[in-house]
Amino acid sequence: MNEASRCLAVVPFLCLAGFLANGLLGRRLGRNGGAAVGVAAAIASFLFSIPVAREVFSTGEAVKADLFSWIDVSDLQVKFAFLCDRLSVIMLLVVTGVGSLIHLYSAGYMAHDASVPRYFAYLNLFMFSMLLLVLGDNLLLMFVGWEGVGLCSYLLIGFWFEDPEKAYAGRKAFIVNRIGDFGFALGLFAIFMVFHSFDYETIRANLGDSNIREKLLHTFDLGIWFVDVKLSLVGAITLAFFLGAAGKSAQIPLYVWLPDAMAGPTPVSALIHAATMVTSGIYMICRLSHLFVMAPPTMDIIAGVGGATAVFAALMALAQNDIKKVLAYSTVSQLGLMFLALGTGGFSAGFFHVFTHAFFKALLFLGAGSVIHALSGEQDLRRMGGLKNKLPATFATMLIGTLAITGIPPFAGFFSKDEILWKAWEGCLTGQNVGHGLVLGLLGTVASAMTAFYMFRLLTMAFLGAPRGSAEAHSHAHESPWTMTLPLIVLAICSVAAGFLNVPHALHGGAHFSAWLQPVVAAWPEIATAQHVSHHSAERGLMVVSTLIAFGVSGFALWIYLKRPGLPAEVIQKSPGLGQLYALVRDKFYIDEAYDRVVVRPVKLTAFALWIFVDVLIIDMFINVAALVAEVVSEAARRLQDGVVGTYAVWFLAGAMLLLGYFLYILGAA
Amino acid sequence: MLTLHNCLLLSAILFATGVFGVIARRNVLIVLMSIELMLNGVNIAFVSFARFYPGSSQAPAGHVFVLLTMAVAAAEAAVGLAIVIAWFRNRKTTDTEEMRSLRW
Repeated sequence: MNEASRCLAVVPFLCLAGFLANGLLGRRLGRNGGAAVGVAAAIASFLFSIPVAREVFSTGEAVKADLFSWIDVSDLQVKFAFLCDRLSVIMLLVVTGVGSLIHLYSAGYMAHDASVPRYFAYLNLFMFSMLLLVLGDNLLLMFVGWEGVGLCSYLLIGFWFEDPEKAYAGRKAFIVNRIGDFGFALGLFAIFMVFHSFDYETIRANLGDSNIREKLLHTFDLGIWFVDVKLSLVGAITLAFFLGAAGKSAQIPLYVWLPDAMAGPTPVSALIHAATMVTSGIYMICRLSHLFVMAPPTMDIIAGVGGATAVFAALMALAQNDIKKVLAYSTVSQLGLMFLALGTGGFSAGFFHVFTHAFFKALLFLGAGSVIHALSGEQDLRRMGGLKNKLPATFATMLIGTLAITGIPPFAGFFSKDEILWKAWEGCLTGQNVGHGLVLGLLGTVASAMTAFYMFRLLTMAFLGAPRGSAEAHSHAHESPWTMTLPLIVLAICSVAAGFLNVPHALHGGAHFSAWLQPVVAAWPEIATAQHVSHHSAERGLMVVSTLIAFGVSGFALWIYLKRPGLPAEVIQKSPGLGQLYALVRDKFYIDEAYDRVVVRPVKLTAFALWIFVDVLIIDMFINVAALVAEVVSEAARRLQDGVVGTYAVWFLAGAMLLLGYFLYILGAA
Repeated sequence: MLTLHNCLLLSAILFATGVFGVIARRNVLIVLMSIELMLNGVNIAFVSFARFYPGSSQAPAGHVFVLLTMAVAAAEAAVGLAIVIAWFRNRKTTDTEEMRSLRW
């Protein structure tokens, strides 16, 4: 092992050490000690990942750290090994870098909380699990990390578990994720069945094998009634994995947990539910991209689900009044855009959006946290306003974050989002697949237009105009301590700079990020990539149009919420139809209620019936009858024991005689 | 007539007397004595077999057993009498029918 792989082996365990220190000795460490240990563990893991990253960036080759043989049972052989290649090095830097900043921010944000060591223990455990997820060199290790981050997400959403609603939100996140994990597990089994290995490298190497290709492309007929469904094995595997990704990355139909996850502390929302964990579904699909491109129907489903989620979630973000809920739906919507990119074969485009989104969405969440902190827990946008001068650093950084997510050039979001939109429109604009491209392109463009609206609505309502909250709260509002503003500033700088890593060829840039990822992700569809060169003018045109839309919609939102804040209410009053539509959007299309009716209640009812009919009536009955028999028998047998030694002697004698008689009988018979 | 048959008969009579004493008598001292009778009945059986077994001069196992039994019987009598005395000091009785506090 060279220096880089030694560092790689250490990185995750630094966070584990932080977790153990805070988890076991938290009471002794106290508030400040716990925070110091937690932040130090995160920053140390970032520092140790720098040599690893330098090695990967200078050679382009993966750094590996082989720790030990984890499972070794007949042909199931799994190593506990870390792999840091071109894909995971980016996740490594994002997780440890953004993670460190958020740890630092948390030290300020959570300073007044009662259980700081517990908070940092969970946060460090999350970092450890996330690092296992991205650094594991096989799918099984990824699965361990996958479950680990789910657990930490549950623990941190329900961090203030005294509030039943928050504890419920944690449970909801955990259970919805279980559904996705079920898909992931099915995919794992199928992968093992086909490849007899979980190693990324083995899987990718064996994809070229003609036997395995044949096995994967074997088609099953799943006709039910009159519906004729044909599914190849690889299609089934990829769909199962996509179900896992949809659960973790909050896509339709499993997105419902993410908005509720905002019950957790705001830095948690920034780290877990915006920057890192929710993007692990995209990471996983990029990891298995060579498998996914073998199943074009799955790719279409991913693109469709992603596009639909992007629009649907953006729609709901328009009408939310809780500052964190707006950002939560925005995250769902942005994740949808990433899946849209993946489904059209833009693996590097989707992953680039993961990268830039990690910066600006973490920034936005932390900024929102700074506002909430300043207003002593106020989250309702309707009671904010006029905070620009009270929180200058927060406002400036939030403005940068908003411009970035809106896709205003030259901020990071412009480059990553336009890459995605181009991927979506490509089929239409190049005339290869017009209908397909038109639908996906429209979904993407509509979602980004709505992004511009709800983000500028949030910014205006929170910072501009006159204060709408109580005068007292407004006068008490104060800028946050340096531990909170420093991460904001660093993330703001990243949100400006990150986009320049991937300036597209159409703008005479180098597209370094895409070129960097090219060796590790699949190229699909082959024809389109081959002809890519000749469509630069179309791509430039799309950029101009989407930038104009972003500017236009942003300006419109600014105008409404600054000059005519009463306008939405007036419109609703004048037209009851629109009012009903608004109520529908505000109440999130009653999806939660529908799930409650269709899924939750039947499940609970079934569980209740099973409890009554199986548990109580059958299982308990067997146990009770057994106990009753024992009682009756022993009640009879206890009469033999009268405590008089003479009686015992008689019984003893009788037994001895019986034995003697038995032996004599045997002797006689012989 | 010192035959094996007669010796075993004596052994059986002694043993049966002991058994009867253990079962029928209520005085704990008599019970202890009866146990001694039983032990000695068995001892007589041991030595009788040893006496009439041709190879016993080379391997006198029966005699050795009897010596062992006597040592154990002495120890048993000492412990038994000690318990009886302790019991009598506390409860002022030697009747076995009244010694039933182990029953619950």
